[in-house]
Amino acid sequence: MPELTYAEAARIAIAEEMRRDPDVWALGEDLGRGGVFGQYAGLAEEFGPERICDTPISEASIMGASVGAAMVGTRPIVEMRFSDFALCAVDELVNQAAKARYMFGGQARVPMVIREPIGIWRSSAAQHSQSLEAWYTHIPGLVVVAPATPADNKGLLKSAIRCDDPVVYMEHKNLWGLAGEVPEGDERTIPLGAARVERAGTDVTVVSWSRMVQTCARAAATLEEEGISPEVIDLRTLWPWDRERVMESVARTGRLLVVHEAVAVGGFGAEVAATVAEELGAPVRRLGAPRIPIAYAPPLEDQARVTDEMIAAAVREMA
Amino acid sequence: MTAGRNLDTDRFFAHYATMQRIRAFERAAIRAAREGLATGAIHASIGQEAVAAGVCGNLVRSDLLLSNHRGHGHTLAKGADAGAMMRELFGREGGVCGGKGGSMHIADFGVGMLGANGVVGANILIAAGAAHGVHMRRSRSADDRVVVCIFGDGAVNRGPFLEGLNWAAVYRLPVLFVCEDNGFAATTRTEALTAGPGPKARAESLGLVAAEVDGNDIVAVDALARDFIAAARAGEPRFIHAKTWRLEGHTAADKGAYREAAEVEARWADDPVARCEALLEQAGVESRRLAGARDAAVREMEAVFDEARAADWPAVERAFEDVLDTTAARNAAD
Ligand SMILES: Cc1ncc(C[n+]2csc(CCOP(=O)(O)OP(=O)(O)O)c2C)c(N)n1
Repeated sequence: MPELTYAEAARIAIAEEMRRDPDVWALGEDLGRGGVFGQYAGLAEEFGPERICDTPISEASIMGASVGAAMVGTRPIVEMRFSDFALCAVDELVNQAAKARYMFGGQARVPMVIREPIGIWRSSAAQHSQSLEAWYTHIPGLVVVAPATPADNKGLLKSAIRCDDPVVYMEHKNLWGLAGEVPEGDERTIPLGAARVERAGTDVTVVSWSRMVQTCARAAATLEEEGISPEVIDLRTLWPWDRERVMESVARTGRLLVVHEAVAVGGFGAEVAATVAEELGAPVRRLGAPRIPIAYAPPLEDQARVTDEMIAAAVREMA
Repeated sequence: MTAGRNLDTDRFFAHYATMQRIRAFERAAIRAAREGLATGAIHASIGQEAVAAGVCGNLVRSDLLLSNHRGHGHTLAKGADAGAMMRELFGREGGVCGGKGGSMHIADFGVGMLGANGVVGANILIAAGAAHGVHMRRSRSADDRVVVCIFGDGAVNRGPFLEGLNWAAVYRLPVLFVCEDNGFAATTRTEALTAGPGPKARAESLGLVAAEVDGNDIVAVDALARDFIAAARAGEPRFIHAKTWRLEGHTAADKGAYREAAEVEARWADDPVARCEALLEQAGVESRRLAGARDAAVREMEAVFDEARAADWPAVERAFEDVLDTTAARNAAD
């Protein structure tokens, strides 16, 4: 299996899907020159400026036009550059894309993938660092995906492109350069709604997604040396999320810790924890950021981070 | 008004019949709201029928239309079934959206009507995108559909107006924007809170060819729409500012305290339906035929009203359909 970065894996996924289906296209600011993170590098050369479409800085239009283009049968990949900028297009996503199928009684389908890079990225400060995935899980009509590995970024993105409903696809900016093995082949999709066991264990179930999966895995390695065996589950898709997998794990381990980079208050961890508590009565805990905007100065920025030490300490207390 | 002997009476008789159907539908819709049968807000377009008939009458079935919250007339003129529309207003089984959308989300994809919208101005971006999609597919198939987007004067003060018109202009999309200016944005007079020389100038500032028209003059609307739709079809986006006047309330519940009865009465003298009727009479169409079209429209809409009232509520399970769940998402990935 070839080693690819997280960014390259996504680029290959898009190229494969665009070769497979002439209705797939991508639009966003500066895509023709490869996108701000190079995640579209070379695609304009292969597919031309119509299908790798440079747009004005008009987030509402990028999102809203994609809704119309999806309704007439094309499959746009919408690049929002930073998830923070997608807030300029909330009506278009929440009131239009997410609602059209339902409010028109099934007459419309809106197959679009909204790429929204999330997360802390050194000194990007309050408007370029947020992880707002929980907001989107609250909206009926949206699928929400947050891949943690290069392999998943290929397989999940391919599934997102093939999905007939709008998918908010949140890649972590700090993962772009992460390298890993990625299966080759056009049909290597990963189903939406299926979690992945990052590391099997018996004592505590640790559920996470996106960049925090790596942090949880490091904490788990430390804990193993101490004789504690956490099971780390990467949720991969936040809506629909893989309840069966999580429930099965907690039924064995008897306790749950949910870890995310987003602010803990009102985070998706609360949903997972509450569901597990309601269904299994197991003890639950959450780790997330304090409810502060993300600061610029590195020592201040670090106050918003969940670290492997914090995860290990929480697991020790629970085990 | 351009009148006289060389009027294409067949063409304008058809527009007239459409306008009478819209008027009768709106009267029935207002009645449904007042009797508590249409449970949501009804924004009727009485007084604005010439815009719907003149613009949509120049489209073919496969062309696409996006409308706003005051969209019954546009939807009817695009060819949607009045019965399915009325059932939608009543929230009943067999409604064009299965009872899930109501008046503000009326849509009939089968006739290219891609939806009214509850958010002022939102349809502008969706229309630009639908035209973008059509334009992209043109390179692969002979798709010459045009997209028409009708919105109110209130929408020109929202951001999507700038973003959507810029979008259509830079990508040279097959779209016609129609600002249907009925004098009011809800209860606010348009000119009170809209700066500058108006929608046409705003559109022109973005490089679109734009024109103003008396929106109550069916002949003028028809001629301009015909021209502009042909240009838009060829990839030259166009803009129409149609000036009309809302003769009834903003909603069926609006008593219109913000305007004098005398002003409304004076405006009835400019009623587009009566103007069209006078024009056809002048051109030699028998008044019996004209009255026949009016009566047929009234009877049709009374019948769809009664049918809608007699229709069942949708089965409650429908509330859980047409929205993704785990199964739907998994299937899409398989
Ligand atoms: C974004 C948004 N803001 C406010 C409203 C509430 N609202 C509904 S209709 C309306 C007036 C719109 O005026 P205009 O576009 O001129 O259409 P008209 O009702 O006059 O036909 C308003 C403010 C809305 N639907 N959407």
